[in-house]
Amino acid sequence: MPGPRSMRELLRLVGVTRRFGGLTAVNDVHLTVGEGEILGLIGPNGAGKTTLVNVITGVHRASAGQVLYEGRDITRLRPYQSARVGIARTFQIVQPFPELTAIENVAAAALFSQAGMSQASARASAAAQLAFVGLGEMADKPAFSLTLAMRKRLELAKALAMKPRLLFLDEVNAGLNSTEVDHAKQLIREVAGRGVTVVLIEHLMKVVLTVCHRVVVLQNGALIADGTPKEVVNDPQVVGAYLGKKYAQLHEPQHGRQSAGAQSGVADTSVGVADTLPAGEKR
Amino acid sequence: MSAVRTTPRSFRIALVLLVLLAGLPFLGSAYALRIGTFACMYAIMAVSWNVIGGFAGYPSFATAAFFGFGAYCGGILLGKSWTLLAAVSIAGGAAFVAALLFGMVLLRLRGHYFAIGSLAVAEVLRELTNTASNLTGGGMGLNIPLAVKGSDSVLGEATFFFWAMWAMLFLCFISVRLIQTSKLGFGLVCIKQNESAADMIGVNATLYKSLAFAFSGVFVAMAGVLYAAWVHYIEPGDVFDVLFAVKPIVMALLGGLGSPVGALLGAFAFLGIEELVWRNYLQIHSGVLGFLVVVLLLFLPHGLMSLTQSLRSRSGRKAVA
Repeated sequence: MPGPRSMRELLRLVGVTRRFGGLTAVNDVHLTVGEGEILGLIGPNGAGKTTLVNVITGVHRASAGQVLYEGRDITRLRPYQSARVGIARTFQIVQPFPELTAIENVAAAALFSQAGMSQASARASAAAQLAFVGLGEMADKPAFSLTLAMRKRLELAKALAMKPRLLFLDEVNAGLNSTEVDHAKQLIREVAGRGVTVVLIEHLMKVVLTVCHRVVVLQNGALIADGTPKEVVNDPQVVGAYLGKKYAQLHEPQHGRQSAGAQSGVADTSVGVADTLPAGEKR
Repeated sequence: MSAVRTTPRSFRIALVLLVLLAGLPFLGSAYALRIGTFACMYAIMAVSWNVIGGFAGYPSFATAAFFGFGAYCGGILLGKSWTLLAAVSIAGGAAFVAALLFGMVLLRLRGHYFAIGSLAVAEVLRELTNTASNLTGGGMGLNIPLAVKGSDSVLGEATFFFWAMWAMLFLCFISVRLIQTSKLGFGLVCIKQNESAADMIGVNATLYKSLAFAFSGVFVAMAGVLYAAWVHYIEPGDVFDVLFAVKPIVMALLGGLGSPVGALLGAFAFLGIEELVWRNYLQIHSGVLGFLVVVLLLFLPHGLMSLTQSLRSRSGRKAVA
């Protein structure tokens, strides 16, 4: 994936740390996300990925460090405030308003995240977002009646209705079958094509390798790698901590980084093994 | 929006019902007026409770607190020879501000914890009222002078307070309906469905819940002023009665949670049943009433409003066939 390098900085984390009692869930993370980037955030379960997103969006307050968004300090913003400055997220476990219809769900997101939005214009914008994610026909169905894949797309439509500049997608592909994953990948690319910066938390390496411009790896709350997808899957530390030797051996005997041929091979074979990789992981 | 949707049609039906109720004084019966005034008072409580309990999903037991607060505010102001209108406005405004501030603290609790916390508000106010005896008369109660000049006949005064309570109910019902269709109402339903998700899409949940709490109190407090002026004598145990907190909830549940029309119907239905049961089962009326409420909630969990919905869908099916 050719990434738009040397872009304007949108988000910067400076030494962000979050402790829960004696547990340090996120430990001194320094990270910059450029505008228009699709950044993959990967790591084993419990590495602190979701906690990091929670700190950025204000669900948890950082124990130390700073979160800068467009150069402005947003460390102490509450979730509803960060929603209003243009940061949206989807939840790993989908969080619809179950008894509201699909269109009401999305209209709520449009209405409350943007100033000067009327209920009518929110509904119109919601209809457009539902059509974009392919749920146009489900608009008047209550959210609880949708399938998991549809609820994931509803979650995406809600996030998009907030007209975000920075969008966190927390395992939008977990629990989906491969056709649904392909559809989701397409949607993510289109969203990024509209100029939305995307941070993708993902266990499916197939998605990470084919969609992301850049990948960072979190382990035990600390960043252990940052680079292009190819650099990261060949990083011995990442292989040891997350991908596993089996994965590395399947696509390459050595953890070499130089050979261009080997690198292109990574992307190819990884597609084949991707589905087996996260077996030790959630799905 | 929630389990029960208020359609414009059922709203219009409720309005017609309200207007019909306004004709009650023409029956010329003091008994009917008394029942009617109580019906309006309880309907104000049930419709108001619906804002915090029905829309936002926070089971508040603070109705008694608002009612007693209003009654004492009104009683004291009327005692200092303020006009009834001034007393009503001041008590309403004070209740709104107090509820807003209380709400900011109390609404950090959720579910049962919030219910218990809100129950305590009335108890605290009752104790304060008991203690501040120079102002409130303490346990001796408070005598309230005639608020309406010129209506010295019993029937005349009863008619006046019926109209006043009816007008308050009308104002309350229209306001709650406006809240329901407004951005605030939409936000409250989102909070009820999933508060943290509501937070994530930009709903200022703390502010919205506090506003809902305040709106659930303002009309109840104003009804409290009218009650105090109507009965001329209040005491802490009377106006801070826990039944004022419980009955509106039962009424709202009976009518259909989350629907102001349902709360209105629920209040009237409950009082009708209560009156019938009380007359026929004097010794065991509480028991019979409780039994009836349990049976109704078991077989009509979504309240009386769900009856109209199932009727509509049945006639709809017939039309298709």
